[in-house]
Amino acid sequence: MFDSWLDPLFHLPLLTGLILTILLSLLGVYLRLREEWLAALGLAQLASAGALGGAAMGLPVLAGSALGASIGAAAKNIRVGWGNETYALMLLFGWSVTLLLAANAPHGEAQIQAFIDGQLYFIGESHLWTALVVSAVTGLSLPYWSPRLLRIRFFPDYFRANNLPAWHFQLMFDILCAIVLGVASVSMGLMAAFALVFIPAWLAFTWARGWWWTVFWAVFFGLVAYLSAFICALHLDQPFAPMLVACLLVLAGVVWAVQRIVIALTFS
Amino acid sequence: MGMIVSLQPLLQVENLITGYQTPITPPVSFNLYVGSILGLCGANGVGKSTVIRAIMGTARIFSGVIRKNAHIVHQAQHPVQLKQMPIRGDELLRLCGVKTDNLPQRLQILLPQRLDKLSGGQLQLLQIWACLGSGADIIILDEPTNNLDPESITIVHEGLQQLQPHQAALLVSHEATFIQQTCTRVQEITHV
Repeated sequence: MFDSWLDPLFHLPLLTGLILTILLSLLGVYLRLREEWLAALGLAQLASAGALGGAAMGLPVLAGSALGASIGAAAKNIRVGWGNETYALMLLFGWSVTLLLAANAPHGEAQIQAFIDGQLYFIGESHLWTALVVSAVTGLSLPYWSPRLLRIRFFPDYFRANNLPAWHFQLMFDILCAIVLGVASVSMGLMAAFALVFIPAWLAFTWARGWWWTVFWAVFFGLVAYLSAFICALHLDQPFAPMLVACLLVLAGVVWAVQRIVIALTFS
Repeated sequence: MGMIVSLQPLLQVENLITGYQTPITPPVSFNLYVGSILGLCGANGVGKSTVIRAIMGTARIFSGVIRKNAHIVHQAQHPVQLKQMPIRGDELLRLCGVKTDNLPQRLQILLPQRLDKLSGGQLQLLQIWACLGSGADIIILDEPTNNLDPESITIVHEGLQQLQPHQAALLVSHEATFIQQTCTRVQEITHV
């Protein structure tokens, strides 16, 4: 069963997916803290529109995808206080543009199918290098934006009262999310990228005892689901993205059941 | 060598009229000096909290001036309470630069708990301590005694009496007894 995924042919997709899974699960924790997890789906949809639009203009799919999501992230920062309604509009706009572009572009249907199925097993070295660069930027900048995002969440007036700019670390975080979602949507599939932002963080928020434990559990849940999906999709010859979403849903069910059992045992 | 005391106020409010769509407060003026605890009191609806929001930059200033040249921390009347907050008490305090050793026992027991597992009063006490221990120059507490039991009110009172030499505090409260016992100066806001 493990022979196929230990094949050197699959090392590159395995490693790229691992890096993207860690990034998506990590950023999902902060998106959930900011109650902006729906924005991730909007940005992923804009990434797919950007990929198709960019391809029509001769841009590489990866660049178009990251650019599309980044434009959405920048627009999100124009007005503070945009909520789920805006993210839903972003999502609908991205969906509409994606399908219209696909209907009128050569190979458009195939590209749409790639976003639905996830093309993890067919990605190239450019995806891995992009994931590595983004992960390095995220790791280096995390000590800068993490405490500031937490502080502004619990003490929202602090920066304004002290005439400290808050837009730059929020924009930096949004652009990071956009680029990671853009790369992940192209590599793993649109819904898989969104599910990795949403489900691991959701489970970790109910489970963890402390902030860094929340980050740890989110990444752990994301990796468990990702590795399970990678093996199952290869072994069962299934598309990767729906398999990953299915694994995340099963994991959510298992975690929910374990929590109920622990609560029942604690209070029995 | 005697101690050099700055006569320059940390916070100056001059003839401030503030509100939101329309003005709410009468003209308000006060200075906040190092080492002082100023209490703002007044009837419900006179705009005590709105004055605080104007200082924090979240209410509209119709006339008057606010001069501030100091690091400010603020405990809001209604602290942020998210449905899920997987951050512990000690993590919140560290986020604000508060040392977690030598805390009162009432606060020690809150440190390992998630914020969403705390009662309203416990969260209020923790957030007040996050301000008091932060080392900021100006500590602004808006209705700090809300939801607090007598023991917690005593902790807040004692914490305010132990301000560092560079600090000052501005309190808003409708509880006259707490204001009288805690503040070095009291100013009433009234509509003329």
